[in-house]
Amino acid sequence: MSDMSEMSPQAGPAGTDLSAEAVRAALVAAIPGCEVTVLENGSVSGQHSLVLGHEHAVEAAKFLRDNAELRLDFCSNMTGVDWPDKEVTEKVKVKKVVEGPEGPSEQEVEETRKTTVPGYLEAVYHLFSMEKKHGPVILRLRTRDRADGNHVPSLTPVWRSAEFQEREAFDLYGIVFDGHPDLRRLLMWEEFTDYPMRKDYVPPPEDDPVVDDGCLPAADAEQGAAGA
Amino acid sequence: MEQELKDLKVELQKQGIFTTTLEEIYNWGRKNSVWPLTFGLACCAIEMIATSMARYDIARFGAEVFRPSPRQADLMIVAGTVTKKMAPQVVRLYNQMPEPKYVIAMGACAISGGPFRDGYNVLKGIDRYVPVDVHIPGCPPRPEALLHAFITLQKKIDAQQLRGEGRAHHLKADTPSEYPVPDFGSHDLEPTHNDEVFPPKPESPFKVLP
Repeated sequence: MSDMSEMSPQAGPAGTDLSAEAVRAALVAAIPGCEVTVLENGSVSGQHSLVLGHEHAVEAAKFLRDNAELRLDFCSNMTGVDWPDKEVTEKVKVKKVVEGPEGPSEQEVEETRKTTVPGYLEAVYHLFSMEKKHGPVILRLRTRDRADGNHVPSLTPVWRSAEFQEREAFDLYGIVFDGHPDLRRLLMWEEFTDYPMRKDYVPPPEDDPVVDDGCLPAADAEQGAAGA
Repeated sequence: MEQELKDLKVELQKQGIFTTTLEEIYNWGRKNSVWPLTFGLACCAIEMIATSMARYDIARFGAEVFRPSPRQADLMIVAGTVTKKMAPQVVRLYNQMPEPKYVIAMGACAISGGPFRDGYNVLKGIDRYVPVDVHIPGCPPRPEALLHAFITLQKKIDAQQLRGEGRAHHLKADTPSEYPVPDFGSHDLEPTHNDEVFPPKPESPFKVLP
C-alpha cells in the first residue's frame, strides 16, 4: 500500500498508492469475499476504476472512507451512465463436416455470429480525500439490467454528499438505490414516469403550430437579395 | 379630423391652455406607474435587476416599485427559462394578479424555450399558457432591450381605449383574466398549451404593435 518507490499518477503527496490495482488489493485483503474488478480506461487520463459487487459495496465504501491510509472522506461526484443493449457481431471459425467432391470431410468454416450483450445502468462515484489531499478513486456499481433489475446499493449512508446526486440518477436514469434515506425524484415532478437521460428516451412530440404572420416571405426575399 | 384635433391641442398648449381627455389622462397615469412583479427565473433576471438599478434606472419610467406580491403587481416580466416544473406556478402567479395586467416575455427561453427548446424539461415559451404583450429576443437581452420593451408596453397602454368595441381587454366582462393552470402529466404538462391563447390569433388584443 505505502510503497514509496512506485508512485501512481493518482497518488497524493503522502505517497499512498491510489492506483486501481492497489486499492483493489487493499479491499480484497480487508473484506473477505469482496467482489471487485478493475476496469481499465484506455484514454490518456488513464483513470482506471473499480467495479464493485452489490453484496459488499457498502462495506467496501466504509473501508475506503475509514482506512487510515486511504481516508477517502469526500464523494465529490456521483453520476449515472446508461449502457443500452448492444448487438455484437463476431466471426468465429467452426469445424464443420462439409460435402466436398471427394465425399464428406471436416473443414474449418468461418461463421458470423450475432449476440446481444444485455445493457445495464451504472452509478459512478468519484472519491477524494480532504484529509490526505489525494484522489480520485472511481467506483462503479452496475445494475443487473435496465428493467426490473435496476437496483444498486446506495452509498449515501457512507457519503452524505451522494444523497441528492443519487436522487438525480434515480430521477433521470431510473437507478433504484437500495438503502437511500429519501429516494424521490429530484428534478422532474412526482407524476413523471420517464427517465429522460436514458438513451432510448423519446421526448414528447413537438406540437408547435407554425404561425404564419407574413414575416417569413419578406425575410426570405431580403436574404435572397442580399445573397445575389 | 384626428390630426386637426391634435394640431389644435398643440396650438392651445402654446397659448398656455392644456386640454386632455379622460382616456388620455387615465392611460397617462397607468403607463407611468407600472409595478412589476419581483420574479426572476434565470440569468435574464440578472439583466432585469440591472435594469432596475442606478445605471439603467427603470425608475425613469415609473416601474421601479417591484412588488413581491402578485396582488399588487401590474406587470409580470418572465425573465428566464420556464421549466415545465415551474410553468404551473408561473400561470398561477399570473392568475393572482389583478387586472389590468401585462406580461413581458424576456429573452429567448421565455419566448420559445431558447437553447433548451429540445430539452425534456423546458417549456417552449410562456405564451403557450398566458397571453404575452411584448416579446424580447436576446440571450440575455441587454437592459436597453428591456427598457425598449417597457417603452413598447407603455405605448400599448397609451393606445388602449376605455370605451367602444375596441376597448381594452380588461374592460370587457366576458374576456378571461385567469387561465387554466396546467397539470403535471406522466410525460409532459397537460395540456401542452392553452388553445385560447396559443398560437396568438390575428384578432387577439395581444397582437404585435405595428
